[in-house]
Amino acid sequence: MASGIKDKVAIIGMGCSRFGERWDCGTAELQAEAFEEALKDAGIERKQIDAVWTGSGLDAVNTGNSAIPTAMALRLDGIPVSRMENMCATGTETLRGAAYAVASGAADIALAIGAEKLKDTGYGGLPTPYKGTFNDLWLPLGSAPAGFAQLAAGYRAKYGFSKEELKRALAHVSWKSHENGVLSPKAHLRKQVTMEQIINAPMIADPLGLFDCCGVSDGAAAAIVTTPEIARALGKKDLVTIKALQLAIGSGVESTTDQWDGSYVRTTRMAAKRAYAEAGITDPRKQLGLMEVHDCFSITELVTMEDLFISPDGGAVRDELDGFFDRTGGGVPCQVDGGLKCFGHPIAASGLRMAYEVYTQLLGRAGERQLSNPTIGLTHNLGGVPYLGIAAISILGLLG
Amino acid sequence: MVLQHTNLKRPRKKKQHQSKVLMKGDNKVSKTSTYGITGFGGYIPRLRMQRAAIAAAHKWMAPGLRSLGKGQRAFCSWDEDSNTMAVEAARDALGKRSRADLASVFLASTTLPFADLQNASIVAGALDIPNTTRTLDLGHSQRAGTSGLVTALRDTSAPALFIATDRPRGKAASTQEISVGAGAAAFTLGSDKVVATLLGSVSRTEVFVDHFRAEGAKYDYFWEERWIRDEGYMKLVPEAVKAALKETGVAAADVKHFIMAAPLKGIAAAVIKKSGLPAESEADNLDENCGYAGSAHGLIMLAHVLEKAGPGETIMLVGFGQGVDVLVLKTTDAIKDFKPVRGISGALADAQSHDAYLRLLSYEDSIELEWGMRAEKVLKTALNEQYRSRFQLASFVAGKCRKCATIQFPQLPYCVNTACHAPRENFDPYPLADQLAKVLTYTADSLSYHPSPPLYVGFAQFDNGGRLLMEIVDVGAAGLDVGMPLRIVFRIKDIDKARGYPRYFWKATPLQA
Repeated sequence: MASGIKDKVAIIGMGCSRFGERWDCGTAELQAEAFEEALKDAGIERKQIDAVWTGSGLDAVNTGNSAIPTAMALRLDGIPVSRMENMCATGTETLRGAAYAVASGAADIALAIGAEKLKDTGYGGLPTPYKGTFNDLWLPLGSAPAGFAQLAAGYRAKYGFSKEELKRALAHVSWKSHENGVLSPKAHLRKQVTMEQIINAPMIADPLGLFDCCGVSDGAAAAIVTTPEIARALGKKDLVTIKALQLAIGSGVESTTDQWDGSYVRTTRMAAKRAYAEAGITDPRKQLGLMEVHDCFSITELVTMEDLFISPDGGAVRDELDGFFDRTGGGVPCQVDGGLKCFGHPIAASGLRMAYEVYTQLLGRAGERQLSNPTIGLTHNLGGVPYLGIAAISILGLLG
Repeated sequence: MVLQHTNLKRPRKKKQHQSKVLMKGDNKVSKTSTYGITGFGGYIPRLRMQRAAIAAAHKWMAPGLRSLGKGQRAFCSWDEDSNTMAVEAARDALGKRSRADLASVFLASTTLPFADLQNASIVAGALDIPNTTRTLDLGHSQRAGTSGLVTALRDTSAPALFIATDRPRGKAASTQEISVGAGAAAFTLGSDKVVATLLGSVSRTEVFVDHFRAEGAKYDYFWEERWIRDEGYMKLVPEAVKAALKETGVAAADVKHFIMAAPLKGIAAAVIKKSGLPAESEADNLDENCGYAGSAHGLIMLAHVLEKAGPGETIMLVGFGQGVDVLVLKTTDAIKDFKPVRGISGALADAQSHDAYLRLLSYEDSIELEWGMRAEKVLKTALNEQYRSRFQLASFVAGKCRKCATIQFPQLPYCVNTACHAPRENFDPYPLADQLAKVLTYTADSLSYHPSPPLYVGFAQFDNGGRLLMEIVDVGAAGLDVGMPLRIVFRIKDIDKARGYPRYFWKATPLQA
């Protein structure tokens, strides 16, 4: 195995815009909001940035193709700026690009930024994406919840849970994130809800109801990375370094062959194994201090607990209902900031927003929702659908 | 036994008839071969609208419809049209029969989706019929089915596929709307294992305008029913029937099945009576559970009669529209050995009853509903991509890798098996349309735009190991479940309303409605 990226790159500054229905902002303003916070946090100036990876997911909204609109918005003149798009995993991909640039020595300081202006569509939910001229001819249309809802059918068939049992565990996933969202000032949805409200909400894609689906939000997040040496030279004391950055993409095995039973996300498992190896984690259930995972839908978070090897296969329902992932449940707190569910899910910003929360918690800056002395955390950012997925995992921790 | 025509008299020259009716088509079949119908099948949409629901919706302005509010009529789902029904009817007739020997494909209808784009070529492509086959669309009259069939039987000698398909539309609150149905019938023609031969036929041409539909118009314009009955059917048909009996030497009493599809009630019985045919010869017009399926209806009734007919039975098939066709057919011993996949009877029984009348209007594009912004998606088809991909999309062909035996759809440049990854040149075509599949995963998607919400979507797991994400259609009240058996149907995938282009693909449907 390659030597990996562990402790080769430090995050010295992060920013995150307020998420939500930002009727006041376009993509450029959201980018500027996150950018300014990150610059201030890092204590550097714009001109010290050597290279930029900018992410946006949907061309129907935002500012169009290429990195030019970002370069113009943030006045990034003459330096390499690349646009990244890998569906909902775009945010983590921008971090990967910036981190690799620093680790390779190609750049001293690099910026990763992701932004999405979803509320410019005119309706709730995500715009229907184009799938290319060939896939449009045969692949069924289907919303994002329809893609993930199928996990529920596969999961129930494999482990024999009744519809009601699974629905209750799924409701707990969302209930917990709403509890956390209340304590998260920049979150989109900051309101407690009851289990009954969740269970009885209108159906979106069977068995996922309204509260099983994450917020469709505007937002941006950014990270500034450099080497630990440069970070120290800049006067940084407590250093958050990247312990692992892994990505696994599906090549059609799940969707074309009978090598997948519909109950889990294969790409998450592949990325997780490599990430734990890269970070030197042997028992994630005990070692991880917190997780920010891709809870685009409640069922996604539930199976992710198994795909990240936190819960045994078929055991996430019990862990969920036992409160193992609750902020104060004594297990591994998950979605402490509210997650995609309540913090919101501006596509290309989400991976960086997850890193922002882990970074904030590791540095002890999380205010009301601060966990007690976490030293290592994981982000899990999933693009596509369970059967044609892009799983991007980062593990961040305090150095030394 | 197979009837031979060599012992029959050659057609005699006709004396000029006193009327203006053209008589040149009158003759019994003189071909010495035993060319005839070798197979048959049909399709009726699963969806049936209760006529009482239609009558109830119009009660405020057309209370008279109440008298027609019995039974149910078949209607096309939003993703069915005359082409998709034709494909399903042909699959029913063809079963596992090889398509390689078919020299021609005829498609008869007055409701084909394209005015200039040969619909028969789409149907033939979906059926995986070789591109060396001649294809032809026929239409423009309620006689399209019978005139087409008689032409094919008389003038063709090589194996052929004849399909009649129709989905007549009636304006809201018209008697047509509540009476008509939809469906298709398909016949294989040839000289091997003939199940019914044509003894002879008679055709008459008269510009009798009982109704018409101008190019581009959506609905028919009808004249008074009483005139159509008295001056049309009751005068033109008995004369032609008489001539056909004379030509074929068949006695009126020997007609076992009289098939005359008509949008008017009771007209077949009246013609039977006037022509001196046995009263019991009147074939079931499928009004109770289907309704008049336009130019295809007579042939649907014929396929239905053939399902139950024994050897040596005489069938008279009448088509009416700007004249008359009368075909006299006789079944052979071989009829005992042919069975369609499920036949018209099977299709009739596979019914899903609906009472939401606006569903019918919406599927027929007769009412504009608010579908929301998601329905604004541009559905333009890249025609060159469609052409390039026809080897796998037109008739739903997976690839089977010769290196590792993995069956895969779609066929991409390399084998999907991670232990193989052989280039596509190693794939053998592996048709999926007739393969058995089951539900692996599913959901009912209420968020996506879909003309028949919710959109049911899930993985169809084929018993042969292949799988793909498919739209699942005509799902009944029972919904879906993992493991539920599915069959594959040819449907419209998307309708590009801005450009008027439907693109077709294959979908899955529960075996049981």
